Amino acid sequence: MVSVTDLQTMYEQMVTARHYEERLVDEYLVGKQPAFDISAGPIPGELHLAAGHEASGAGVCMHLRDDDTVTAPHRPHHIAIAKGVDLKRMTAEIFGRKTGLCRGKGGHMHLFDPDVNFACSGIIAQGCPPAVGAAMAAKKRNTDAVAVAFLGEGAIDQGGFLESLNLAAVHDLPVVFVVEDNDWAISMPKDRVTDVQNGAQRAAGFDLPGVRIDSDDATAVYEAAGEAVMRARDGNGPTLIEVQVHRRMGHFMGDAEAYRPEADIDRAKQRDSIERLAEDLRSHGVTDDELDEIRERAHERVEEAISWAKEQPEPAPEEAYENVFTNPPAQAATDGGSATDAPDDAGETGGDN
Amino acid sequence: MATESRDYTEATETDRELTMSRAMVEAIAWEMRENEEVFYMGEDVADYGGIFSSTTGLLDEFGRDRVMDVPISETAYLGAAVGAAQAGMRPIAELMFVDFFGVAMDQIYNNMAKNTYMSGGSFSVPMVLTTAVGGTYNDAGQHSQTLYGTFAHLPGMKVVVPSTAYDAKGLMHSAIRDDDPVVYMFHKRLMGLGWMPSPSGPKTGVPKDDYTIPFGEADVKRPGDDVTVVTLGLHVHRAMEAAEQLDDDGIDAEVIDLRTLVPLDTETVLDSVRKTGKLLVVDEDYQSFGVTGEIIARAAEGALDDLSAVKRLAIPDVPIPYARSLEDEVNPGTDDIAAAVRELHE
Ligand SMILES: Cc1ncc(C[n+]2csc(CCOP(=O)(O)OP(=O)(O)O)c2C)c(N)n1
Ligand SMILES: [Mg+2]
Repeated sequence: MVSVTDLQTMYEQMVTARHYEERLVDEYLVGKQPAFDISAGPIPGELHLAAGHEASGAGVCMHLRDDDTVTAPHRPHHIAIAKGVDLKRMTAEIFGRKTGLCRGKGGHMHLFDPDVNFACSGIIAQGCPPAVGAAMAAKKRNTDAVAVAFLGEGAIDQGGFLESLNLAAVHDLPVVFVVEDNDWAISMPKDRVTDVQNGAQRAAGFDLPGVRIDSDDATAVYEAAGEAVMRARDGNGPTLIEVQVHRRMGHFMGDAEAYRPEADIDRAKQRDSIERLAEDLRSHGVTDDELDEIRERAHERVEEAISWAKEQPEPAPEEAYENVFTNPPAQAATDGGSATDAPDDAGETGGDN
Repeated sequence: MATESRDYTEATETDRELTMSRAMVEAIAWEMRENEEVFYMGEDVADYGGIFSSTTGLLDEFGRDRVMDVPISETAYLGAAVGAAQAGMRPIAELMFVDFFGVAMDQIYNNMAKNTYMSGGSFSVPMVLTTAVGGTYNDAGQHSQTLYGTFAHLPGMKVVVPSTAYDAKGLMHSAIRDDDPVVYMFHKRLMGLGWMPSPSGPKTGVPKDDYTIPFGEADVKRPGDDVTVVTLGLHVHRAMEAAEQLDDDGIDAEVIDLRTLVPLDTETVLDSVRKTGKLLVVDEDYQSFGVTGEIIARAAEGALDDLSAVKRLAIPDVPIPYARSLEDEVNPGTDDIAAAVRELHE
């Protein structure tokens, strides 16, 4: 059974994530109105917000430690927040700043934080194989660390996911696959692209447990994830979980959602996992004042991260050439310079002398 | 500006200006009306009309059987296009961003590109692979590449890169009618999207009727005597802008739009280099082992004695970074082109 303290922690993660997305909407639209120009304003590139997905990130990551690995897809903020990614440096990254998690090189779809073993891929399902790899490393080293790969329901038709299920199953690896089913893959509804209503059924073909949580309920996610993570930690292999979530916003900012029925948008907004959890907390005797306090604390944390990020310096142009390699080849003249730019003591990395 | 120097001998000049997206879709729709065997598949190509408006309106006219939303299973549906093409149909399959080729490359380069050859010519693969390319909207390393050189390097695919609406339409007609696989790479920044404004060049007059532009014919966008600038895609427009600036300083640059990489119009490049003696190649792909090196090699092979100076501008062998200051640094800009031409001219 989940404790009230854990419920409160989840609630705090979830309201932080929700408020974060709502604030990013404001920041992203600066300079992009009235005519939406993706190249204007302080936040570069596309922005995929996860409002409506919070229960999944919070319910799963409650069971994880810093040494557990998480990979997230193109919609990663709520997961990053729940995993404990540094919110200030994550925000600075989203603003493309020098002190961002990735020094302004990755951006919002590509957040990397080694301190809590968090990584992303913007390519559909491609976070799954590296999660399997992290689990493989944990198994080989005999630690009890686990790995969790998050993906959207649109990603369950991708080879990288299906191959990962099989590899994880046949080697009994400590990995949990979490499918966030928000009914849509951009403009494509789930039933247009798969005949399987319940994505957790994919597990059966690979002989691993598959669980679906229908209710967008943080407590239910918490319980299912708790079992899956324990199973993985105990060396009993992988689990696939599909969680019903909702997309409260467009696929990305600027998406007019012309393809989406009004009723579906309304329904997504009504089914609010945060409200549901607040109800649960009240029924456990948590007062409205206490809930307000949690919310205020979360809002302050978000504001602080955003203000900090906006004060951060832009990367200097020449930083574009750094970090291609961990051990840059001494002779590389990749900056368009001629070979004569290379230092003549190339032997330093040569190893022989 | 971009169309001024163009000599459309056959195609009717028209006052009707279209964006590159509209022109491309017009050709697809025309071919679909004419030929029942043509169909389009991709992610978000039906109701959404393509993330970069590559299929706007096609669903309404042709229905879901011929304008198919498909699962995010690129290996399956690109490979299915190969199979349907080998069965004699003329599929068009869209890879939303060229960067996603990684999850389906086997179907592209081992099946689509090689089945004709490996069957000794007994099979043809008459399909078009459409795909969005290029940066300038800060989506970082997995969503901003052009990969022109990657596709052009591997034998068996024709590779087409339109830079104007006029070319987009004519090249699309040619692509669909071609009996070989054609990779049709449209630059996001040139499509004329409300949310990602184009430079002024790509929107051009476009005849209503169908017309083809043969592959392997580069377009001399601007004749000039001093320096040859060879480029493609977005950088055609940057080079034209640079040429205007240089003109004010009395430097006369000739700008060549390659339009297709496979086949490549070497003769037009050589003719120009023989005249100017100086060659700048500008590319939005990675520098090493790519388009710039290839063009310079062909110039050296064919006109070494005429060449007095050579330069190239391309992405300097780093993944495309996210922050604007970083992306601008690595993607050759108008000023970089002008500066390089000046250096060559000295
Ligand atoms: C291999 C690949 N194909 C296509 C895309 C483009 N793309 C980005 S998000 C997306 C839809 C994903 O839907 P889903 O997995 O359900 O996640 P959601 O966006 O709903 O959270 C697509 C098709 C991609 N990034 N990678
Ligand atoms: Mg989805």
